[in-house]
Amino acid sequence: MSTVLESSALIELFKTRAEAVSAKVERVATKGEALDLIVRLLQQEGVEDKPHCYAVSAACPMWGQAEKSKLATSVPGLKFDVTRELAADAKVGISQMEWALANTGTLVQSADEVDKRLVSTLPLLHIALISTASMLPDLPALLNRIDPLKSAYLSFITGPSRTADIERVLTIGVHGPERLIIVMVDDPEVAA
Amino acid sequence: MKQDFKQSILDALSNPNLTGALGNFSVAYRAGRAKAYEGIDFEALRTQIAEVKSSASSHFDELAEQFTKAAEARGTKVFRTSDPKAVKDYILKLAQERGVKSIVKSKSMATEEIHLNKHLEKAGIDVQETDLGEWIIQLAGQTPSHMVMPAIHMTKEEVADVFSDKVEEGQKPDIPKLVKFARGKLRPIFLNADMGISGANIAVAETGSIVIVTNEGNARLVSTLPRIHVALVGYEKLIEHFKDIAPILTALPKSATAQLLTSYVSIIGGPTPNTDGTPKELHIILMDNRRNDMAHDPRFKEALQCIRCASCLNVCPVFRLVGGHVFGKVYTGGIGTILTAWFGALKESDEIQSLCIQCGSCKDVCPGKIDIPELILELRRRLAVEQGQPMIQKAIFSVVNNRRLFHTMMRAASIGQKPFAQDGFIRHLPMFLSNMTEGRSLPTIADEPFRDRIKKIKQPKCKEKAAFYGGCLVDFAYPEMGEAVVKVLNKAGIEVIFPEGQTCCGAPARYSGAYEVAAQNGADNIKALLEEDVKYVVSACPTCTVALKQDFIANLEAVGRTADLPAARKLSEKVVDFSTLASQLVEEGRLHFKSGLETSKFTYHDSCHFKRTLHADQTPRKLMKQAGYELVEMDECDMCCGMGGSYTLKLPEISAPILQRKLVNIEKAGAPLLLIDCPGCVMQIRGGLDKRGSKIKVEHTAQRLAESLE
Repeated sequence: MSTVLESSALIELFKTRAEAVSAKVERVATKGEALDLIVRLLQQEGVEDKPHCYAVSAACPMWGQAEKSKLATSVPGLKFDVTRELAADAKVGISQMEWALANTGTLVQSADEVDKRLVSTLPLLHIALISTASMLPDLPALLNRIDPLKSAYLSFITGPSRTADIERVLTIGVHGPERLIIVMVDDPEVAA
Repeated sequence: MKQDFKQSILDALSNPNLTGALGNFSVAYRAGRAKAYEGIDFEALRTQIAEVKSSASSHFDELAEQFTKAAEARGTKVFRTSDPKAVKDYILKLAQERGVKSIVKSKSMATEEIHLNKHLEKAGIDVQETDLGEWIIQLAGQTPSHMVMPAIHMTKEEVADVFSDKVEEGQKPDIPKLVKFARGKLRPIFLNADMGISGANIAVAETGSIVIVTNEGNARLVSTLPRIHVALVGYEKLIEHFKDIAPILTALPKSATAQLLTSYVSIIGGPTPNTDGTPKELHIILMDNRRNDMAHDPRFKEALQCIRCASCLNVCPVFRLVGGHVFGKVYTGGIGTILTAWFGALKESDEIQSLCIQCGSCKDVCPGKIDIPELILELRRRLAVEQGQPMIQKAIFSVVNNRRLFHTMMRAASIGQKPFAQDGFIRHLPMFLSNMTEGRSLPTIADEPFRDRIKKIKQPKCKEKAAFYGGCLVDFAYPEMGEAVVKVLNKAGIEVIFPEGQTCCGAPARYSGAYEVAAQNGADNIKALLEEDVKYVVSACPTCTVALKQDFIANLEAVGRTADLPAARKLSEKVVDFSTLASQLVEEGRLHFKSGLETSKFTYHDSCHFKRTLHADQTPRKLMKQAGYELVEMDECDMCCGMGGSYTLKLPEISAPILQRKLVNIEKAGAPLLLIDCPGCVMQIRGGLDKRGSKIKVEHTAQRLAESLE
């Protein structure tokens, strides 16, 4: 019981902290719901199968072949074969993150595969999938858990890209995305 | 002080954009930083960081070796050198061999330190900074004015002009549009670049990993898009263990920009595939450039605990007035002064070290637990040893150390001013001293110093005795403060003696780097104050108290007078500041507040040494609240008043605006009474309020307390 309470407190904290740095957090029960949500989001963003309107997705362990086909049919502009040209041209990038750090609202992934970095850096909107169960309290908890030798590029993302370099005025979206939508999936094994 | 240095200060002070931007930022930063650290034990965190970094700097060469092995095992090429020129040659040769035509850079102070861009550009390679601030100053042909926010000195109008002049005409001073413009222009440059150059915030020896922290996302692109990535890392970034990233990464964003974490952190442990599937070439250059020399210096080793957050700049009352360019071209502010002296030459810090007012604000917030003011004093001491003391300074010390002569001369000067003296102030001084009265009236010198006045006070004979240490201001300018101290202690059954042999506390000499003089002052005072067996040695001046309690020992140690140390320590144990002693006596039930006292609201100014060295700041507040006074805190109550001992004489241009800001904050508090525990601050602030025609009463806590007790 106490672990359930603790984890729900962590999830609340994560949401508060992530939203404090301008990320949007959506929580869904199953990967089926996540899929529907993403289709809706991509349609809202006007993703289409033509230049400047694509969406690109790095490999997401959550998606099986069925989900991938469903996504591809529902959103024709969504590409799973990521190249730098496509990513640079795309409106939206999608990737699945491996851990979430509650006390800073941070997402973390081992991003040795360059696709993962391209889709989360070049487009203006990044949609990040995360399993609710991968929530950790903080950075020390993460550093104790991971094997640093297993990853050559560990990537931490906390909110969208920002700067305050001109007159200290906070401005969102410099070189990276100007929006970050985090989709938290409670049960990524369950399709519907 | 050279004319061009003074001129650079005057130029900065007269730049309203600079002082406005920095002033606003310093206010926002204080609040933001406090919020970011909510719920975190900052002392424990910085102790941990200091230990990690200090242990690393004790073993730089071993860690560099360990890093090299670990990184090479993972496919990274590591180049180690102590020589900045070898770094530049290595990168240029690599670029030429690989046919590199264009380079994108993310922010790196180490590359600024060795002026890398110029070297590469001379060879015909296009080098683009991509951090927005760095790009702006690169286009403008300027140097960074702040380690974290390089273009903080520029307004949006200036940025729009630079973009219009150098990139594309017609840019408007609209910040979101300017940011979008930069994104649009830099994106193809990123995509076409052959090489990315970055710095690193941390380098982990056991795993051969580097940690890069950014908000804009440019370091991710620099390390991802080009086929070659070169990271230049100073030895001071080395730590041994991977887990020790945590404390540094916890503190760095909070101290730097009041963020819980930056938008992006990349921990790179080796080469990863490029976008075309080829393996990336990853080169990490570990640069010594005098870091090892620093590590072997027993005093300056501490400076290697710096994590480059620049919080010492953000809280500095001087930096927020003059900005970074007065300090030099690369590293700025408090820590920058120290780094400039080491990475350049000691004499390069000759002028900029004088900017430090020794208020200690930076020491309080440093996440590396570096005593920056103390290290700046050490620079001063070494400069004084190297260059000798100026004649004028020697002459001043010879007078200051002879108390009778000093008083006679001050008094003569004061009487000379008689026609100008009104209400206890000298409002105007002759021209050569006119800086002293800019924005502030000075006190008149008392007819009779306290050392003579105390003899006329009828004190009860008591068994318990305290020796009073006057210091120049209480002795010569404010004997009434000394009388208040005597009155309070007498009420508690303590008799006060004034040892005649006491002399200057040595602070002026110490703060000028003249440690031999300061040590002799200490020795003379120790002898005088220990002559009679007293329970306490009490002072009403925090700077004097710190001198008696700590600096005598430090000064004697610095000049190798170890034989005098046991007596210095004996004295130190007896020394107490007035408010702390009074509070103790109240606790013991030996002092009682009057009932039915007519009280008012009061505000309190924290004197630098009183708060940040003696940590006694809450004591007088509590005492006066016990007496029935109502405390109204002013904004920035613990910000320096600009006095800083002789600082007000050496750099009156800076001291005056610091004072003006303090006066505004005092007036805004709206209390009719201001209490202070330092006679130096009383002199500065009372004089300042007088010039503004304010009716706020300024008193030493001892004076008000003496009237509040039974």
